[in-house]
Formats: sequence, structure tokens, C-alpha cells
Amino acid sequence: MAIRCVASRRTLAGLKETSSRLIGFRGIQTFTLPDLPYDYGALEPAISGEIMQIHHQKHHQTYVTNYNNALEQLDQAVSKGDASAVVKLQSAIKFNGAGHVNHSIFWKNLAPVKEGGGEPPKGSLGSAIDTHFGSLEGLVKKMSAEGAAVQGSGWVWLGLDKELKKLVVDTTANQDPLVTKGGSLVPLVGIDVWEHAYYLQYKNVRPEYLKNVWKVINWKYASEIYEKECN
Amino acid sequence: MYCKKIMIVQTIRRTATCTTQLNYQKAEPSIKLKTHTDSTGVCSPHLSLQLELQSQSMAASTAVTANYVLKPPPYALDALEPHMSKQTLEFHWGKHHRAYVDNLKKQVLGTELEGKPLDHIINKTYNNGDLLPAFNNAAQAWNHEFFWESMKPNGGGKPSGELLALLERDFTSYEKFYEEFNAAAATQFGAGWAWLAYANDKLKVVKTPNAVNPLVLGSFPLLTIDVWEHAYYLDFQNRRPDYIKTFMNNLVSWEAVSARLEAAKTASSSSA
Repeated sequence: MAIRCVASRRTLAGLKETSSRLIGFRGIQTFTLPDLPYDYGALEPAISGEIMQIHHQKHHQTYVTNYNNALEQLDQAVSKGDASAVVKLQSAIKFNGAGHVNHSIFWKNLAPVKEGGGEPPKGSLGSAIDTHFGSLEGLVKKMSAEGAAVQGSGWVWLGLDKELKKLVVDTTANQDPLVTKGGSLVPLVGIDVWEHAYYLQYKNVRPEYLKNVWKVINWKYASEIYEKECN
Repeated sequence: MYCKKIMIVQTIRRTATCTTQLNYQKAEPSIKLKTHTDSTGVCSPHLSLQLELQSQSMAASTAVTANYVLKPPPYALDALEPHMSKQTLEFHWGKHHRAYVDNLKKQVLGTELEGKPLDHIINKTYNNGDLLPAFNNAAQAWNHEFFWESMKPNGGGKPSGELLALLERDFTSYEKFYEEFNAAAATQFGAGWAWLAYANDKLKVVKTPNAVNPLVLGSFPLLTIDVWEHAYYLDFQNRRPDYIKTFMNNLVSWEAVSARLEAAKTASSSSA
């Protein structure tokens, strides 16, 4: 298709997105593992450095690698007009693409204590939480309970329903993004409850992980997203 | 009458290392037992009869306490080292499996499921895929007991005899079966299990999510590997492929698989 843009030096230089790159003539964007905005050990004792390193360098990297592979295969299948190959690739794209997206959000949802991790949200998000959940404690209790109840692997989310203009707590299975629970849902805080997110430190005691993770939740980031989406 | 029926089950049990033989019948909750009654009116067992469980009393008398009990693996918790660590067994059996059993007991208390055999609860709460609350605990209790008995110290490698012949028949070679089982275990996304199962006189590899097992899909489980992260994380972290390889090469109990296959063939040929 002639309309596909060829990556030129100028185009590449103009790229602002640091976690993606163009390959080939077709301009298919593939992805790279985003850096963590803090050291692996910076979230201790809530989340161990060992977990952060494996979680980032192994699990998230694997999602990125597999997502890129799936995208390249998809590109070939699309250009060959191979409809069944395209359809067959969807689950790999969903698993790995969503895994990449979810984890990219997750690293921003966390912050070391000395950089504001655990500090309660102020401003409009703080008020919205009080309105919808009675208090931050109320929200934390609800999210922790729902996160603990996820069977198998998944995530627990605080989201904003853009349409109804209200905050929502929900869970998703595996790497399903929050938007699969509602088209107008925007994730504000996601907590990974796959066992790999806590097992080396908390073993089978997921509730203990959920109790401690709040000490490093980055409410500043959540507030930024909330304010941006509300305007 | 009832003690004879119990004898039938015990006979099957004694021929197998796995105590979950009771589950080798069609995935239907209500089933009848047939026996042979001789001229003196004595009801006696013979193995060719349909192995079906009376829904309540007999099953209850033999199965309930067994099924609601955290049965230890048929080996010491350190016996699978270095392939599966004692620490893993301590947590996986001692905490995870224990919790499924304890929570199931609490969950069925005071409900119509209370006292029912485990496989009955599994089928009922599977509810054709629209899972009811007790399914997770019930199926996971079953799955884990089946998993411990799928392994043994110095296990793994290639089976022999009839089992090998059947693997070669249905997968063309042991290596092809290994490849397929490995792929199923490696690509089950998120939590779940990979299985060797038997249905319609054929062996097949199946992968299932979370707590689902082949019982609810109408086939007889023969072998399983747990691919929930808790099964391998302490020993292998993210390296699930290494865990699967270690399981296949060093842990599989082909004796258990053979015994289960025999029971499955008996159950399915007589329930036709």
C-alpha cells in the first residue's frame, strides 16, 4: 500500500516516543522495555528489589519481546492477506500487548516513599475518593479485598468512568486491560496480583502484599491522569 | 449391599497408586452402581461391571473424609529435591493446597453441597462453564492431590510398555508427545494446568485455565503439571520452560499414569 510511510532519517529523529521504534519499510512500530523511574531496591521494604528486578527485566521484557514478535508476524499476515493467520495472532497480541501496557502503567503507579510513594491523594482525586468510597481507607479496603479475591492471575484497578464521571473499582483476569470491563474506563491505579508480583517475598499471603503495596502507591501520578481525563 | 459396593471401589484403589480413582466415571453427578447378585442373593463385585457410584451414601461413606482431607504427597516433602525443592512443597502443599481444602470445607458448610463427594461438587459447581463459587476450591483440592501423585522421586523420562505404545500410537512418538505437552504447559497463559488425558480410547494433551480440569470436559485425567506461578516460582522464578523440562525429565510418575489409564479404560468401556 503506497500510503504506508517509509521511515526516513528525519521522521526517526522526530520521534518523541522513547519506548518504541520503527522497523522496516512499513513503519510498524515496535516496542522497548521502558526504564523504571527508580532503582530496583527503592520500593523496599514494601516490594523487594529482587522482585522488582525479575518483574521488570524478565516478565515485562518477555511481554515486550513477544508483543514485538506478534506484531511482526501480524504485519506479514496482513500484507499477505492471510486472514486466518491474522485472527490466530490476536490472542498473542492481546496477552503480550496488554501485558506491556499494564506493566508500563504499574511502574508509574509505584514510587519510593521519599518521592511521595504512599502519600494520600489531594486535590480533586482525593475528594472524589472520599465522595465515592467514604475515605481513602474505604477505597484501600475495597481494592485489597477485591485484589485478594482474584482467582488465578489478574489485576485490581481504580478506574475513572469518563462517561459517568465516577470512580470505579474492578478486577480483570490475566492481562486483560481495564477497558475490557467498560469502554469508557480509564485506569488510575492498577495493582498486579499475578503471583510473580509478590511470591518471592510474600509467598502465598497475597493479602499481606496488598496491605503493604499501598505504602508505595504513587497517588501523584493517579491524580495527574484523573485531572487530565476530567477536563 | 453397601459394603460390597465399597469393596469394588477398594479393589480398584488397591491396583492404583492414585486414590482419585473414584473420579473415573463420566462427568455426571448422579450415577448408579451395578453389581452381580448370585443365586444366594449375595451381591458380589466383579471388575467388569460398571464402576458407578451411588450418589449419596456409598460415595459419602468412602469418599467424603478422603476428599475433604489434605492428603500428604506419597513421598517426603524433600524427596523431589533437587528438582522440586522442599521449600516449594512446604508452601505449595502445606499452604496453597491446605487452603483450598480448608476453604472448601467452610464454603460448603450448611449448603446442599455439604457432605457430597468432591467430584460431585466439581461437576455441579462447574455449571457448564458458568462457575459457581465453590468450584475453585473444590477443583483445586482435587487437582493438587492428583498433581502430587503424578510425581515421584527419580521419576521422569520415557515410559515403557503399553503406555509407550499408546503414546506412540496417538502422538507418533514419545518425543512428539513431549513436545506437545511441553507446548501446552508453556503456553497456558496465566494460571492453569497441562494434562495428558484419555477420552474415546485416545490419549490427548489438554491445557486448562485456573482450576478447570479434564473431568469437567468429559475426559479422564492421566497426568498433570501445575503451571500456576506458585508451583515453580521459588525454584525457577519466571523460567517456566525450565520447570516443565525438569518435571518431564525428572519427576513424572509413569506408574501412576499407567494405573490411571487402566482405571480409565475399565470405567469407560463399562459405561458405554
